[in-house]
Amino acid sequence: MATVTTEQVQGRVVEALASFGPDADEITREASFEELDIDSLDLVELAQIVEDEYGVVLKGEDMKELKTVGEAVDLIVSRAG
Amino acid sequence: MKRSVVITGVGAVTPLGVGAPALHGRWAEGVVGIADGAGVCREFEPQDFLSVKQVRRLDRFSQFALAAAGEAVAQAGWDGELPYDPMRIGCVVATGIGGISTVETNHDALRDRGAERVSPLGVPGYMPNAAAAAVSMRHGLQGEAYGVVSACASGAHALGLAMRSIQYGDADAVVAGGSEATLTEFGFACFNAMQALSPTGESRPFDARRNGFVMGEGAGMLVLEEREAALARGATILAELAGYGSTSDAHHLTAPEPTGLPASRAIELALHDAGAEPSQVAYVNAHGTSTQLNDAAETRALKRALGEAQAMRIPVSSTKSSIGHLLGAAGAVEAVATTLVLQTGVIPPTLGYGVPDPELDLDYVPGEARPLVAANGGPPVAISNSFAFGGHNVCLVLRAAPAS
Repeated sequence: MATVTTEQVQGRVVEALASFGPDADEITREASFEELDIDSLDLVELAQIVEDEYGVVLKGEDMKELKTVGEAVDLIVSRAG
Repeated sequence: MKRSVVITGVGAVTPLGVGAPALHGRWAEGVVGIADGAGVCREFEPQDFLSVKQVRRLDRFSQFALAAAGEAVAQAGWDGELPYDPMRIGCVVATGIGGISTVETNHDALRDRGAERVSPLGVPGYMPNAAAAAVSMRHGLQGEAYGVVSACASGAHALGLAMRSIQYGDADAVVAGGSEATLTEFGFACFNAMQALSPTGESRPFDARRNGFVMGEGAGMLVLEEREAALARGATILAELAGYGSTSDAHHLTAPEPTGLPASRAIELALHDAGAEPSQVAYVNAHGTSTQLNDAAETRALKRALGEAQAMRIPVSSTKSSIGHLLGAAGAVEAVATTLVLQTGVIPPTLGYGVPDPELDLDYVPGEARPLVAANGGPPVAISNSFAFGGHNVCLVLRAAPAS
């Protein structure tokens, strides 16, 4: 699989999260899932999308550690690399 | 002495439009909300009531319930501030089927893409208590909340149980009703397989040509309050929910008990609960599905419960002639319609009724709407019947609010 860039992953993550409810312009790297009202159910859906797109499997214990959008993007990029 | 229960708000999403006034008003004008063999809520736009997140997370049946509950709570004048301890306000929302389109979507994902692609929003979407959960969360109702399931009697059961919890003192108010959204290919296939649906797509309750029911979707929600508390806060009382009775046929999975005896007992129990006599009944909102068996058994049940002479006197009309059969929402939507009959004094007709069945000889209000006429003194009393697959019978008795 070709290497994916942080920008590509971030774009896809923002798109996915925006479809869950929050405004796209609020979804910055620094934004926390808590302030975006993204809960554990949303994160499972995000993990399903990420696996489809990048073949990266994110388990429950991976997701539990994630607090911000940036942390999620960085984890996906590192696993996809 | 029993605490009395009054209705202070009503809301509806039906094939006649969004809002309880559209339900009663358009039905009374003779509008039929059925097209192409189904009663679809075409005017309902979920984004008008819900955020992006809520639309995604709620099955259509829960979306209907939230919209109807919002209308009812606003009419009750709660306006974002609950008038009672939130832990003493309950929420009971019925459904016959639950979130079937969510089941279907997730089953498609399972079959096509594997178990790992089933959504985490599947269960919270399709669980039959999803609407009760959504309404309680939206309005901060922290008393007893749950879903009720009894097929086509579900909505009426929800109101009866909600009424009991206020009568008994467990709650001071309950937001209660029913919701249904089963107009999927699978839903039609299942009901068609039973040969329950009208092959011509016509809902003609009590007419000799009736040939099955027409499936519809929607929700009806009511705000019920303990009478003294409602009066103390200056609420406008739309009607009293005065009586509830329920029995079961223990006869057949889908066919009603043909003599109408268990159904008639439900009517008698509800009248007794309300302290009302058949001579005071001014209107019957029939279950009236437009199936051969229901309409015949219901006619017999009304005669048994009310006595032949009283049954012949009382106008009987079916909301399903206008919107079809809303299954688990039907009893609640029809209670909303009955409330508005008592409040406005206008009885909408049984639409499409033209050819009398010689066996069915009650006054089914053919043609046009007519004024409600009080019977035998006192405020008019109305009956709303609901009978279900499984043999569940529910009767609600409503009484007009005393003229102020």
